[in-house]
Amino acid sequence: MEWEIVMGLEVHTELATETKIFCGCSTAFGGEPNTHVCEICSGLPGTLPLLNQRVVEFAVRTGLATNCEITRKNKFDRKNYFYPDLPKAYQISQLYLPICRNGFVEITDADGNPKKIGIHEIHMEEDAGKLIHDEFDDCTLVDYNRCGVPLLEIVSEPDFRSADEVLQYLEKLRAILQFTGVSDCKMQEGSLRADVNLSVRPKGQKEFGTRTEMKNLNSFRAIGRAIAYEANRQIELLEDGEKIVQETRRWDDNKGYSYAMRSKEDAQDYKYFPEPDLPPIEISEETIESIRSAMPELPEQKKRRYIDELGLPEYDTSILTSDKAYVSLFEETLALCGSPKDVANWIMGEVMKLLNDTATLPENMELSPKDLAAVIQMVKSNKINRGTGKTVLEKVFTEGVDPEKYVADNNLAQITDLSALRPVIEEVIAANEKSVTEYKSGKTQAIGYLMGQAMRALKGKAPAQEVQKLLHEILD
Amino acid sequence: MDIRKLSALELGAAIREKKITVREAAESYLAAIESTDGTYHCYNTVCKEAALARADEVQKGIDEGKYTSPLAGVPIGVKDNICTKGILTTCSSKILENFIPPYDATVVRRLHDAGMVMLGKLNMDEFAMGSTTETSATGVTHNPWNTQHVPGGSSGGAAAAVAADLAPVTLGSDTGGSIRQPASFCGVSGLKPTYGAVSRYGLVAYASSLDQIGPLGHDAKDCAALFSVIAGKDEKDGTSMETPKFDFDAATNGDMQGKKIGIPADYLGEGISPDVKAAIEAAAETYRSLGAEVEIFPMPIVKYAIPAYYIIACAEACSNLSRYDGIKYGYSSPNADNLMDTYIKSRSEGFGMEVKRRIMLGNFVLSSGYYDAYYNKALKAKKLIQESFFEAFRKYDMLLGPVAPTTAPKIGESLCDPLKMYLGDIYTVMINIAGVPSMALPCGFDNEGMPIGMQLIGKPFCEAEILSAAVGFQNATDFHKKSPKES
Amino acid sequence: MQIDKNLVMYLEKLGRIELSEEQRTASEKDLQDILTYIDTLNELNTDGVEPASHSFPVANVMRQDCVTNTAQREAVLQNAPNEKDGCFVVPKTVE
Ligand SMILES: [Mg+2]
Ligand SMILES: [Zn+2]
Repeated sequence: MEWEIVMGLEVHTELATETKIFCGCSTAFGGEPNTHVCEICSGLPGTLPLLNQRVVEFAVRTGLATNCEITRKNKFDRKNYFYPDLPKAYQISQLYLPICRNGFVEITDADGNPKKIGIHEIHMEEDAGKLIHDEFDDCTLVDYNRCGVPLLEIVSEPDFRSADEVLQYLEKLRAILQFTGVSDCKMQEGSLRADVNLSVRPKGQKEFGTRTEMKNLNSFRAIGRAIAYEANRQIELLEDGEKIVQETRRWDDNKGYSYAMRSKEDAQDYKYFPEPDLPPIEISEETIESIRSAMPELPEQKKRRYIDELGLPEYDTSILTSDKAYVSLFEETLALCGSPKDVANWIMGEVMKLLNDTATLPENMELSPKDLAAVIQMVKSNKINRGTGKTVLEKVFTEGVDPEKYVADNNLAQITDLSALRPVIEEVIAANEKSVTEYKSGKTQAIGYLMGQAMRALKGKAPAQEVQKLLHEILD
Repeated sequence: MDIRKLSALELGAAIREKKITVREAAESYLAAIESTDGTYHCYNTVCKEAALARADEVQKGIDEGKYTSPLAGVPIGVKDNICTKGILTTCSSKILENFIPPYDATVVRRLHDAGMVMLGKLNMDEFAMGSTTETSATGVTHNPWNTQHVPGGSSGGAAAAVAADLAPVTLGSDTGGSIRQPASFCGVSGLKPTYGAVSRYGLVAYASSLDQIGPLGHDAKDCAALFSVIAGKDEKDGTSMETPKFDFDAATNGDMQGKKIGIPADYLGEGISPDVKAAIEAAAETYRSLGAEVEIFPMPIVKYAIPAYYIIACAEACSNLSRYDGIKYGYSSPNADNLMDTYIKSRSEGFGMEVKRRIMLGNFVLSSGYYDAYYNKALKAKKLIQESFFEAFRKYDMLLGPVAPTTAPKIGESLCDPLKMYLGDIYTVMINIAGVPSMALPCGFDNEGMPIGMQLIGKPFCEAEILSAAVGFQNATDFHKKSPKES
Repeated sequence: MQIDKNLVMYLEKLGRIELSEEQRTASEKDLQDILTYIDTLNELNTDGVEPASHSFPVANVMRQDCVTNTAQREAVLQNAPNEKDGCFVVPKTVE
């Protein structure tokens, strides 16, 4: 039987605000345990939440960027459950009237056609704290530094049919969140997290199968692997005539498998009800318009502009706009040295290679536009050749050297005094009689060997076309 | 001069006029607490050293012109569910028996800014759940009029302390009648302000959409003075509101000429004791004699107030009380050896039966499958209750009625039948659901000499109007001047 | 609404409390009485009525996104029954 995978995503993203959603504590990542904590976010009796207005602004931005309707009158609800990472024993979230609804993000399906992934809703809520397992004392330590950090939960429709679609959507969503300044989306710091709801059904069947929810997916790679594993598991069970149990499963990326987190008898009843401590939020047309008009350019808009105004090929623009770090580097370098295609090529070629070689995520890249522009400019003006340029960039990237100073200190600049070239080339010709004879007898390709020898003798510092010109002058 | 026979405003004036020092005032109350609170048990905690140190500080502040409030230097007692930095705040519950807040409630900061001197923390029903102060984990408070009787609740300690002259004024909280009903049972005055008029920041929540902090005192003028100290928008409470500037003179002029007062017919129906009914009818006569028009009008929604109240209050309570889990503060069971055990044992050993009952009721009305039939239905009833009040206020300046169907019951009579106890809240809970202000004040005595109270219900943020009406009544009567014989 | 022992036990579980057998029997009766009374609310016609979650029409009470809290670890932990390395301590949680 042919099976179809059906998936929906719940994405949680931590917002790039200065303070938590309901108190004035910093959201800075890290720090000693319980140092970004106050009477409010630690849930002391008598304290009350007060909403951070930037959270609303960020939610509206995200809603607009994902084609959502903004709920003009929305409000918070309490989601009640006991767990040590949740000091009030309820999470302030939105159930009945979420701030954004009915949006979509466009991806490309397996046949290369555009496909809209529906966004069911986006709601605002607070993050929980962190539990640290203390092996030594066989207990668990609770740190509330992350507790109360604002989150958006972006709930998709069950529109995904393959892992590739899921990953495309996540890439798009991440780009949108980064470009709008809503989140830095650092998966390793937990600021972008995805839970996957997955079920399978015989191809052609209308009804959905029983789904499971997978949690703890900490990287795009883990998401891809977890989907493959879970789809397989479900198909095998069904083919053996067994039933799927609706449950939450936790993915272990090291071991490459998932396991059920909670058994059914612990089924949760969250007892949602309207949060009485927070007045409702009313969003006017003017507010929406002012947020819309102040919205930073989104990836799709940038792509268009790079094609239309900068004349870049579509392929290049897709790569450049896939991450905000590339766009910033591209735009700022371009402003310093011009030549869009050159800058694009350097980023797509050398910079991405260096990121890859050093396993660095784009958002953690420390390469400055000024240094990249300097390298590009030195190559363009023939101060150094392209090969030297690559070497210099690598030094800049890995050791943080100043490119101009590095070229000067290591004597890498090209020989600009052409009269200095002739004696070197004459020496090369004298030392390679065999090739000279070959060339003169009509084997013109022999000049390539001589060229290489000459460049080697010049330590690569001479402009190639000048060397070639001189070779011809002497030989012909 | 007997310091404890002065009203709070009189005491404040005597302090300003240097007839009495702040320390003398505090010492006089602290001595009385020491000698008689063993009988009444109004206080859970007495802060003797802190109060005396503070008294000297305040005296200096008054002498230097720093404190100018009419209540500067006046001692005060605070209900034990209002957070006080560095001082135990137990909500009369075992589960918070050792809880010392690291911060002050906004109202406590305002008392401080006005130069008032806190004597201690007052007994209450556990987490403000109860109508008798019998659910307190620290033991019942005894009614100063007859120590065999309860003081009412949940602010039983706050009302009894005023009646027994163990504080000139106190702060209580009122979620469904918890200031007004004990005020009524103890023969003192108490104001439940409009929802949002006083900051709830630092009030340990029972039912967040209904809770309000308010003043209790010997008369309406003292309540007005204390209300003006604590009222006003607070940045820390998103549900607190900017209120019209409180005009103390307007709030205490007592002029009733041409005022229209409505009495809900359903406040005089089935279940009301004849003594209470007669006292309310007499009060209506008093108001007529002062130039007001008083008439009875139907308000049939009254019979749905208790069901709606217990649904809303218990739902919010079960959520608000979930944070007491033995991990962050308060009682933690020594008998637990895993996480679930820590929760269940700490809570089972830490909460009393009435609290557990309301937690279960709240969980029931919110649980999946019952939400719409109960909780959502109650929110719709709330809407209709609010509309009934707004409709009544189109015709009347204020409403008048009893606070409770009966006077204070004997200790031990109420807890065995929780439903019966809940039904006693019939005249008070509606006011909290509608969010409007209400002023309770003494208006008579039953045939056993126990005080009877009435309430004046006002339009939102019109505390001045009902306070003034209470002053008018107290200018014409002397029920508020009677005090119990000291035992 | 009919209350039975199983429902009482379920409510105990939801509220993370445990009653003695005696309390459970008493609660079954008390809750039954109270809910029977509460059910009189069904007589009230609420067709077309919008549920009122808040008392007065206030909206958009918000704060600026500025850090106002300094480290309060000591204050936050001062009431903790158990503390270790600046953290609250709980019995081991199993995933
Ligand atoms: Mg969520
Ligand atoms: Zn905080």
